[in-house]
Amino acid sequence: MNRGPLVFLAAFLALAASWSGFVLAPQIQIGRQQQETNVVNTAELYPQARPGLARQGLEVYRANGCAACHTQQIGQRGTDCEVILTDAGTNPIAVAEALVNAKVGISQASGAGLAAGLPKTILCGVTAEVAKAAVNAVRPTGAKAKIEIVPRGPDIARRWGPRRTVAADYLFDYPVMLGSQRVGPDLANVGLRPPDANWHLRHLYAPRLAVKDSIMPPYRFLFERKKIAQQPSPEALPLPAELAPPPGYEIIPKPQANALVAYLLSLRCNAPLFEAPLTPAMAPSAAAPTNAPAQ
Amino acid sequence: MTPSPSTSALPDAPAEAEIDSSCRLPLFVLFTGAATWVALASVFDLIASIKFHAPDFLTGCAWLTYGRVHAAAANALLYGFALQAGFGVGLRIFAQRGGARVCQPGLIALGGEIWNLGVLVGVVAILAGDSTGFESLEMPRYAALILSLAYLLIGLWTVLTLRRRREPGLAAPQWFLLAALFWFPWIYSTANLLLLAFPVRGVEQSVIAWWYSNNLTVVWLSLVGLAAIFHLLRKDAGSHARSGGCQTAAVSEADGGRGSERTALTPPLSHAMGEGGAALAGPGEGRLIGNDYRPLFAFWTLIVFGSWVGIPSTAPAPVWMPTLSTIATVLLLVPLLTVAVIVCGTLTPPPSHRMGEGGPALPGPAEGGGLPSSSSSSSSAASYPAVRFVKFGVAAWLIAGAMKIVAVLPGVSPFIQFTWFTAAQSLLNGYGFFAMTMFGAIYCMMPGVAGVDWPLPKVVRAHFWCSAIGVLLLVVPLAIGGVVQGIQLNNAEIVFMDLTKATLPYLRVSTLGNALILLGNSLLIGNLLGLSARYGWAHFVPVYRSMTRGPATMEVPS
Repeated sequence: MNRGPLVFLAAFLALAASWSGFVLAPQIQIGRQQQETNVVNTAELYPQARPGLARQGLEVYRANGCAACHTQQIGQRGTDCEVILTDAGTNPIAVAEALVNAKVGISQASGAGLAAGLPKTILCGVTAEVAKAAVNAVRPTGAKAKIEIVPRGPDIARRWGPRRTVAADYLFDYPVMLGSQRVGPDLANVGLRPPDANWHLRHLYAPRLAVKDSIMPPYRFLFERKKIAQQPSPEALPLPAELAPPPGYEIIPKPQANALVAYLLSLRCNAPLFEAPLTPAMAPSAAAPTNAPAQ
Repeated sequence: MTPSPSTSALPDAPAEAEIDSSCRLPLFVLFTGAATWVALASVFDLIASIKFHAPDFLTGCAWLTYGRVHAAAANALLYGFALQAGFGVGLRIFAQRGGARVCQPGLIALGGEIWNLGVLVGVVAILAGDSTGFESLEMPRYAALILSLAYLLIGLWTVLTLRRRREPGLAAPQWFLLAALFWFPWIYSTANLLLLAFPVRGVEQSVIAWWYSNNLTVVWLSLVGLAAIFHLLRKDAGSHARSGGCQTAAVSEADGGRGSERTALTPPLSHAMGEGGAALAGPGEGRLIGNDYRPLFAFWTLIVFGSWVGIPSTAPAPVWMPTLSTIATVLLLVPLLTVAVIVCGTLTPPPSHRMGEGGPALPGPAEGGGLPSSSSSSSSAASYPAVRFVKFGVAAWLIAGAMKIVAVLPGVSPFIQFTWFTAAQSLLNGYGFFAMTMFGAIYCMMPGVAGVDWPLPKVVRAHFWCSAIGVLLLVVPLAIGGVVQGIQLNNAEIVFMDLTKATLPYLRVSTLGNALILLGNSLLIGNLLGLSARYGWAHFVPVYRSMTRGPATMEVPS
């Protein structure tokens, strides 16, 4: 082992092994990954490439090192099932009895209680087996119940995302910027959270206007101060007096700012996938396909 | 490979002075470049850190926004300092251990300059917004091209220097360095080709980026740092005629100067030791730091396990990858403990050698500046902090390794991931382990190479204290803050803004550490300038005087 060629061979073998493991094998396994069909909405392929403006925004995100403070990955500690009673049938008392007899963790249930306020979650945080047992138990009584899959974990509880992120979520991004530190909140699903483009623009220009005590640095270089030509531009940022430009001027987002916001709004990893199942929320606004990037 | 094992008296054996002078140019270039970049990196780090006190600090200019400065700091430290200093130290060890002149010192120096150009281009590109977005590989393609060219020059002639060695056997530091020399081009070309030139799809990019980053910051830095540590703390320095007494002298003088440290430090082993008890394998074999296969074991386990580390447990990738990585990280405990055993064995003096050989010869470190530099191999008391740097480096390597292992344990990792704890770990690895070890090596090697001593030993010591306290002030608050942040991140009841506020005090204390590290790094530059000035004084002033005296003596009679 004290000869040059031997040392070289040792290093070669060690590195070749790890190279095969973490460079070659991933390429074989996920290097040719394709869009998958969505488990729920089989007409949709997931993921979709980001639209042009959002693609440009990714470059702004990369150039400014946003990933130094923001991760784009959601973890999950496991998956629970919920049983939701959608129809109590004609005999709620029988349903209640069936549930108690099924020994799924419901020790007492009154028929009247069950029948009121449907649909109603009757079991929460149980395993798939228990949930199935409960559904099977109520079926003979004529009632209807359904199972919902709910991922759990602190990230999910923080509403940073409905499920964990998986390889498919990043298929068309280059570079993939998962980030390693959460100085700021996770952004994997920032496009699903309520604030709109105007909020994001204002947040980029003056973070503490939008979020009190934020430690995010302002990105004013993504905006420009322009003289108001004839009438104020509709794009001009509404700013409070202390940040407002001098009279006759207005603050307009540069194209980079708009692209960055489009990118942020396109961040959503919420399609139910085989490897990350979940029951999508049936919010009325979910008429648009859940996995489609914004715009 | 090399001529013959019967080496002790080859007629063409280069004199020690020749070896030293062949190292001079490349080491000056590489070490001054490295010192400049480490200082710049700490400036960038300080700017980034101040932004946690005042988020509006320096935000008018896109070039100095947090994300860019942060990446610039990491890359300046990694490529500008760590790799460059590693090249220099490796070259010196190859020349010194092999008893060979450096092959093509001019071309290596040129390679060093090209490397510096590449880092400059890369850092400016990052600041200008042209970073690649991959951690530890932020420099864009064109900078990578320059760096590769420079590496070709440096690496090729370094390997050829090793080939000139006079004994075919390789000692532990030489294995580590040879492996590192081979490691870097492979991982760097893989990363650049598959991430920048012909990018792979999706999350595989992240897997390769993690693999690269880990192989560079864990394996490469460990290989080179441990080589330097084994070289500088070795026991057989005195026995090995041409390995230069610098290190031994440093050790013995540290002991002479600080009697209280004797238990922790090698006693004057220099000339007495020889192969006494612990030194080596057999005739013609490489000298080991211990008398056994332990460095070999550390070497093997480090490269075999270390190269699989790096995929975080939550990676959105097929689950076998993080699992394998976690197992490999835990197995890093093996090289960690092995190195701990080796180093403890080296630092604990065998009782028979506890004589004060260093004592009488030395006035003590305080007056060290006045010591004459009688020969290139003797060093002044100024180099005694060099051993401290190296000891700090060993301790930091062990602690950083332990932090890495703890952080991946299944019960712990959910509380550690995405927090400042991982940042603390990598800073301890970068600044605490690698930079400190390299500083020690620079302080130890340069006097021998330049033939003059450090002019201000007090400044060398000041550098040590600035860096040591700086690293502690940087790493300890971040590690604690990271744990606090992690526990709160796992409690969804705590609003995100509140937990950000809870970590701020820790971040703000760490700014102090950044400032001290910057101060220490400027002292390093000062020391290198002082050494250069002294070298210039010693070599050019006599020439100048003899030139000026000529006309002067002519004038007097007239």
